[in-house]
Amino acid sequence: MRDLFAIRKELPPAWNRILGVAAFALPLLAWCVVSYVPAVWHPLVKIDKPGGVSWFSPGLLVDKPVFREESARAVAAGRARPTGEPANPIFLPAPDKVARALYTAFTTPPRLQGEQWLYQSLWESIKTIIYGFAISSAIGVPLGVLCGSYAFWSRLTEPFVDFVRYMPAPAFGALSVAVLGIYDAPKVAIIVIGTLFQQILVVSNTVRKVDPALLEAAQTLGASRRSLLLHVIVPWSLPDLYNDMRILLGWAWTYLIVAEVIGVSSGITFFINQQAKYRMFENVYAAILIIGFIGLGTDQVLGFLGRRIFPWKNPRPSRFRRFMLELFTTARTIDASPSEPSERSAA
Amino acid sequence: MDTTFFMPPSYLDQSEAVAERFRRLRARPVVMDVRSLGKVFPTTGGQTVALHDVSFQVHRREFMCVIGASGCGKSTLVRILAGLEVPTSGSVLVDGAEVRGPGADRGMVFQGYTLFPWLTVKKNVMFGPMQRGLSESAADVEARQWLALVGLEAFADHFPVQLSGGMKQRVAIARALANNPRILLMDEPFGALDAQTRAQMQHYLLQIWKNVDVTIVFITHDLDEAIYLADRILVLKAHPGEVREMIEVPVPRPRLPSQFGGTEFGAVRSRLEELIHPKSEAMLDELPMIRLAQAGDDVE
Ligand SMILES: Nc1ncnc2c1ncn2[C@@H]1O[C@H](COP(=O)(O)OP(=O)(O)OP(=O)(O)O)[C@@H](O)[C@H]1O
Ligand SMILES: [Mg+2]
Repeated sequence: MRDLFAIRKELPPAWNRILGVAAFALPLLAWCVVSYVPAVWHPLVKIDKPGGVSWFSPGLLVDKPVFREESARAVAAGRARPTGEPANPIFLPAPDKVARALYTAFTTPPRLQGEQWLYQSLWESIKTIIYGFAISSAIGVPLGVLCGSYAFWSRLTEPFVDFVRYMPAPAFGALSVAVLGIYDAPKVAIIVIGTLFQQILVVSNTVRKVDPALLEAAQTLGASRRSLLLHVIVPWSLPDLYNDMRILLGWAWTYLIVAEVIGVSSGITFFINQQAKYRMFENVYAAILIIGFIGLGTDQVLGFLGRRIFPWKNPRPSRFRRFMLELFTTARTIDASPSEPSERSAA
Repeated sequence: MDTTFFMPPSYLDQSEAVAERFRRLRARPVVMDVRSLGKVFPTTGGQTVALHDVSFQVHRREFMCVIGASGCGKSTLVRILAGLEVPTSGSVLVDGAEVRGPGADRGMVFQGYTLFPWLTVKKNVMFGPMQRGLSESAADVEARQWLALVGLEAFADHFPVQLSGGMKQRVAIARALANNPRILLMDEPFGALDAQTRAQMQHYLLQIWKNVDVTIVFITHDLDEAIYLADRILVLKAHPGEVREMIEVPVPRPRLPSQFGGTEFGAVRSRLEELIHPKSEAMLDELPMIRLAQAGDDVE
């Protein structure tokens, strides 16, 4: 048990799996307890039969003390006692409700004519993210690499970038609507503004971490400046840049929610706001969860791909490969025996 | 009566064969000419003179070791030779042309591991040839030859992280040699290896040097390593780094580990010790005597 809390030590794989499941199971369990065990919270009463209280109606939620007071008053007045069950506020739907909503959100047609299906809203949001992130990366990554590699570009751009970085992207909302219209363009612009300036700095910092010894080694091998950039700096930083991109993509999602209320509200944010207006909070949760699933899913897929794309970064040799490696490592000692090279030269 | 019998053997005594070797060596053309090199580093509130008036010549196919106490400027010297550092004064000529920056004519093997981690072993060796403009297939052929020379063909497709320290340095040597450099500069390349691997690598290096037309300048602070490898040893003095002496190693070639105890070996070794730690005994006297009573008593 002590080993589980050793500082900076890997856990046994079984524990990794257990904790990974627990990371999701524990919050879910807490949610279930709060939702299904009335004694835990349930501050309200959901009216079943109004009894003798005139303003009660079936399905109405009232505070517990109010319910107690009213029922006492009804009984005292000789009227029928109202009945009801303990309930949670409407903004905390039970897991089963949300689970059902996760399904029905995709099968229920929109309430109003012209409103979008959930999947259409989602797709619209994803498109906004993709456009925004692609435009930002197309500018930010090359510029960041230049800044990280050449003091000239760094001194020329970074002070200004640092300055703009502190301006909150939503502050540009009105401006971008004025310039770009009310539809998708200003939303993409907000994501670009929110991501780009951070991206330039993050990328240049990553690139700056390239091991100077490798640059020197490359120089002694005859590499030109261009070659240092293309064949040392870029390949060295790619895995870290890839991870930076994963993190920045997460930021882009946070800007999405702001971006989508600019101009004509659209996408998943519009869906969420609309459902909240209808007081369908299970749908709100469902939509938020879907965003979470999409985020986590993309990140996991990107992480998985990253390990394939950059095998040198995390070479987890299969058991077979490790066995072969050990086999050859012992062979190396024989290989390195003094007589060998001279034999080779004689041959 | 043989008077020398009572004299300790001198490092200056050379057998006729060794003397003949050095005559031939001196007759060979000078590959690298180092002329009164100086290097001053500015430091907070002053400056450090790392090198002062260092001059020497390296002949073709020579194996030269540079030795000196820690901080005497060995790394600075070799970095200037490589063109990675600009001297404050003086110049370095390679085949008569002044060094103005790093170049493929001077290969370098560093103390730390500097293989490109994103390239396989073979691609690492191909890096230099590809920079020279060789096609991928030509570089591939070349890389295989060099890997064969260092005995690592079987690892051509491995990544550096999968290799042991000794193997990494062998790849680094192959990578540097693949450029056919005039000079191979090595800054304590085996410093991080365990004693056994280190001995193997030293032997390996001598074999490679024998088979390849290359001149080697090898930095070390290990006296035995220097004597085992070198034709001549350049001894540097610290603060400021100056040439103290250029020693011709009288140990005949081919060298074997068994010579470590030999008379010539011992003579050079005691001379080097004299040069590098002249005050070591005086310092011992100055050290305060600390008596760790319990510790000492318990051992007995
Ligand atoms: N970039 C630098 N800036 C300032 N001083 C430096 C720099 N590089 C080296 N020095 C100084 O120059 C002197 C020589 O350093 P150098 O690294 O060449 O020594 P060395 O002989 O290689 O030592 P070691 O055996 O420990 O590697 C030292 O006093 C060091 O502090
Ligand atoms: Mg050094």
